[in-house]
Amino acid sequence: MATFSDTGLLLLITLIKIAVVVVVMLTAIAYLTWLERKVVAHIQARWGPYRVGPHGLLQPVADGIKFILKEDIVPLEADKVIYWLAPFLGFTLAFLSIAVIPFGESFTIYGHTISFQITDLNVGLLFIFAVTSLGVYSIALAGWSSNSKYPLLGGLRSSAQMISYELSLGLAVVGVLMIAGTLSLRGIVNSQAGFWHVGGMNTFLPHWNIFVQPVGFLVYFMAAIAETNRVPFDLPEGESELVGGFHTEYSSMKFAMFFLSEYANMITVSCLATILFFGGWHGPVFGPYVLRVILPVFWFCVKLFCFLFFYIWMRGTLPRFRYDQLMAFGWKFLLPVGVLNILVTSFVVAWISSS
Amino acid sequence: MVVLFYIFAALAVLAAISVVAQRTPVYSALSLIVVLCSLAVVYLLLGAEFIAVIQVIVYAGAIMVLFVFVIMLLNAGREAPSQRSRFAHWLGAPLVAAFLVEILLAVWRQFPAGSTHPAASLDAGPAAIGHLLFRNYVLPFEVTSILILVAILGAVVLAKREF
Repeated sequence: MATFSDTGLLLLITLIKIAVVVVVMLTAIAYLTWLERKVVAHIQARWGPYRVGPHGLLQPVADGIKFILKEDIVPLEADKVIYWLAPFLGFTLAFLSIAVIPFGESFTIYGHTISFQITDLNVGLLFIFAVTSLGVYSIALAGWSSNSKYPLLGGLRSSAQMISYELSLGLAVVGVLMIAGTLSLRGIVNSQAGFWHVGGMNTFLPHWNIFVQPVGFLVYFMAAIAETNRVPFDLPEGESELVGGFHTEYSSMKFAMFFLSEYANMITVSCLATILFFGGWHGPVFGPYVLRVILPVFWFCVKLFCFLFFYIWMRGTLPRFRYDQLMAFGWKFLLPVGVLNILVTSFVVAWISSS
Repeated sequence: MVVLFYIFAALAVLAAISVVAQRTPVYSALSLIVVLCSLAVVYLLLGAEFIAVIQVIVYAGAIMVLFVFVIMLLNAGREAPSQRSRFAHWLGAPLVAAFLVEILLAVWRQFPAGSTHPAASLDAGPAAIGHLLFRNYVLPFEVTSILILVAILGAVVLAKREF
């Protein structure tokens, strides 16, 4: 937390932080789409975007201009209010959850301590879950308000899918919470500093939760992919079955908003995976003060990039689930494994704290 | 803080009226979500961050999604006003008014004007609530969960018989 006496200054710094985070996020999303097209292209032995700029690097800019300039078509029988509301809701919620993500430690400038985080809520993790759980309305309402078959089916599928996998997502992180003993994301990262010591011996393994919660991590990551509607769980928009799913009837900027929120959600869950299981910004830190401030952010971004790359890799590798397989997997496999993980972890935590 | 309370309290009341007044079921459901989220903000203003977030996760994020899901599944359109009971039509508003006055009187008696909020002094963190729930109120907690389980099983059994 920043410690200021002057409320105005605090407000100014928070506004600057929000502006920086939003600009960085939008740029990151733009280049994530470029990365996705490039990586998937290379997986399929193609070149991918190559024409706009060197190696297609200006392609996201061209895409953005195209989205803005395209004609905005609203279906005649659509429920106008909700049709407008849905994309904005999704976009707002996707960006809201970034507010509690800590990207790095803090630095001191002119006697003021500024942290790499917009706000440190003491229920930060639950805040993200609350915001993600509202995100389903954006998709469900988009599907319903379009007043068209395929979007409606896509919306129904996604609400069922997101409710089912939200449970596993929540259960998967309980193990981490029991170990860290806090709901604050900064607190969870701080609990993972240093190395694991086994019987007084330094193992030189980083003190990350992944080494004690591998099952929790796997359950979390699978549920997170389902929550963000990505391959192999992208049934809400399965183009071979539903044309385009919930956003079939959307065009122009409103479609772009769904697009942006999907990628923003991908970044959020990857940030969360980094924070909960991979030690957040912790990594080798050395050198002068400036480097000590920047390196943690760098390590955070490296870990984040690995997750995003994995997302894209999977899209290029795996086929889509069938709908009954998806439900069976979520309820009959992921959920019991998540509960079992909590049971075992709580016994171990109780045993360690009593001995 | 007080300004925020009045804004969100007013929003909650207006949205609650909208829940009843709307003719399209989806709009009613959405208004109810607004009510639940405004209540969450009120909890937040009372310093109960945990309760506020849980309110959004459980009610707005899970239960209301099911409501919206069912409305979408049935594709329910606008409701036509029913003309069946003239008795209910004329007596409804006075009864609601009487009920409202009764609640206001009860609240007034409990917290006379100028009394401080007792809630503000309570610890509403996750640990404190966990202790209360699993130490002091463990029996009611478990009984409630069994009650919910019975309701779910009953729903499944009834639904199975249909097909």
